[in-house]
Amino acid sequence: MIPIMLKILRTGLVTEPAPRPREEWRVRASEIGDEILALLGRALVIREVDAGSCNACELEVNALSNPYYNIDGLGIKLAASPRHADMLLVTGPVAKNMEQALRIAYEQMPAPKLVVAVGDCGRDGGIFGAGYATCGGVSKVLPVDVVVPGCPPPPIAILEGILAAVARRAR
Amino acid sequence: MAIPATPISRPLEGEVPAFLARVTAAQWGEAARNVRERGGRLVAVWGADRREAGAAFSIYAAYALEDGLSILDLGLDGDERYPDLSGLFPCASRMQRAVHDLLGLVPEGAADLRPWLRHDAWGPGDFPLRREFDPEGVRAGVPAAYPFVRVEGDGVHEIPVGPIHAGVIEPGHFRFSVVGEKVLRLEERMGYTHKGIDRRFGDFTVAEGYRLAGRCSGDSTVAYAWAYAQAAESVLGIAAPPRARWLRALMLEAERIANHLNDLGFLGNDAAFGFALAQFSRLREDWLRLCDGLFGHRLMMDRVVPGGVAADIDDEACRRMAAASESIESESRALREIFDEHSGLQDRFITAGRVEPGLARALGLIGLAGRASGQALDLRVDFPVEPYTRVAVAKAVHPGGDVAARVRVRFAELFESLRLVRKFLAGLPAGRIRVELAAPRPGAFGVGWVEGWRGEVFVAIEAGEGGRIRRAHAHDPSWQNWPVVEHAIMGNIVPDFPLINKSFNLSYSGEDC
Repeated sequence: MIPIMLKILRTGLVTEPAPRPREEWRVRASEIGDEILALLGRALVIREVDAGSCNACELEVNALSNPYYNIDGLGIKLAASPRHADMLLVTGPVAKNMEQALRIAYEQMPAPKLVVAVGDCGRDGGIFGAGYATCGGVSKVLPVDVVVPGCPPPPIAILEGILAAVARRAR
Repeated sequence: MAIPATPISRPLEGEVPAFLARVTAAQWGEAARNVRERGGRLVAVWGADRREAGAAFSIYAAYALEDGLSILDLGLDGDERYPDLSGLFPCASRMQRAVHDLLGLVPEGAADLRPWLRHDAWGPGDFPLRREFDPEGVRAGVPAAYPFVRVEGDGVHEIPVGPIHAGVIEPGHFRFSVVGEKVLRLEERMGYTHKGIDRRFGDFTVAEGYRLAGRCSGDSTVAYAWAYAQAAESVLGIAAPPRARWLRALMLEAERIANHLNDLGFLGNDAAFGFALAQFSRLREDWLRLCDGLFGHRLMMDRVVPGGVAADIDDEACRRMAAASESIESESRALREIFDEHSGLQDRFITAGRVEPGLARALGLIGLAGRASGQALDLRVDFPVEPYTRVAVAKAVHPGGDVAARVRVRFAELFESLRLVRKFLAGLPAGRIRVELAAPRPGAFGVGWVEGWRGEVFVAIEAGEGGRIRRAHAHDPSWQNWPVVEHAIMGNIVPDFPLINKSFNLSYSGEDC
């Protein structure tokens, strides 16, 4: 126990300041006041759905839980059930084999049903495009609030995208 | 050479020791028995529609023997059937099912012919890798219940899990048959992340396809891109300059380090030791930021390209990377002591998800998980390419076969990779990092074979007209290892499954492709 406590003490707090919401990524333009970050005083609950990604986006979403980004500290929780979620964070070009599961997850989610499409694949299918096995982006299947480009987008960009979608709820 | 039963076998150009032989159906079966008897392994099975080239359908098998890869090409003139391999190599079963779903070729004598990649997005008579397949005209098939193997008896019930899992992980379906907490049987159902990559390769030139290859499994993007580059360079008849080869190896070890740091954190976390995840995910983030600063991408995507590499580093960057490897090593050594002395953690690790070496050998377990079950296979040692020929890589092998062994092998490989990084930085030769690409000859065939952090990644390319890819196939080691997870969980309790599964950490996307 002592080595663990010492390690924790020596590591200290490494969490960095949270970014501002990335307004230009918002699909639906709207006016957002400065007060939106205050909303993070409430927990935001996210259900992440891999809809056929190469798993690189999952690595970067998982990185959001490391002590540098510490999204739990910002009041953002990743939930197991879509019934507990305010937001779906969707990666991948939406493989046709995942389309039904993605739709069910969305249906199960309570309002406001925010959807953030993560990565170039989530945006438009990315390098996989639309084909016999892929839908060609999340917006082909669900209404999308915010798109975060990148292959994969770094954690800070994903967090900015999440905050941009949260800001929408502030209205 | 390589396989006595095959009369004509020619060596392929390039970095990988490989031989290609055209065989008859009789030779196909005889070669498989021969490989099995000699202790060889099946690396990959794939098929091709070669009617465009004036040929027929081909089914390919790549075997690993002591002198390298032997690739058999069985041309199916007017026939769509070939002799089954799964009776000799259990891991062939799902590969053959995938070949059937995509190309309609039937393994004659195979016990399991259920669809694997085909769910209901395309019909049973549609074959996406056939020339006449029209993606625009494809109609969704009728959703059909997948016939899982049922376990029956007093008190037996099923637990269906997925495709969407509880955490931030890839999708797949697990069907547990349990009595109380004890797992009698697990059956996996995959294919949810199938993206049609094999067909998509046909939209790219040989020079461009590395980007797609690097997105088969994002956590192994360097391994895939390197294997693709080897295959492309074989097809093009070129070689990467020395500095590029060293930088490739540097990035491959950097990728191994990032993934092992990740897994060690999550393995602790899955045993309710959150401290481990906080610490290792911090070290991983430090490492990824370093890679971003040095190579311009956190995961080093698109940095290995046919003909060389797309990113160079200067002396200052070398010093930074060497210093970072030292500090991560000292921190990780301290964390390993904490792991080793934590009785609660060891209680979860030891004996959980055991795969005995004999079973591992019979089922063809490879890569990191294979080495943790006594299978001393590592391409960096067995078939080293420059710069691995200049450094003696220590194979990390443990006979335990349980979660504890897979944790031990990860620690050993983490430290070895950190040492290799420093070796490569110190010996990095000067010179250019990329050569010009020639135009490929239509019909040229080449392969790549790289020991990624999870296991061996294999890529085969056949060039078509105008520099395009006629057929490319990328193979993930998860094809071999996923079926073994079904055995690893037997007799364990359901709550240990996440821990056992994480200790293998296999790729869904790499297998579904």
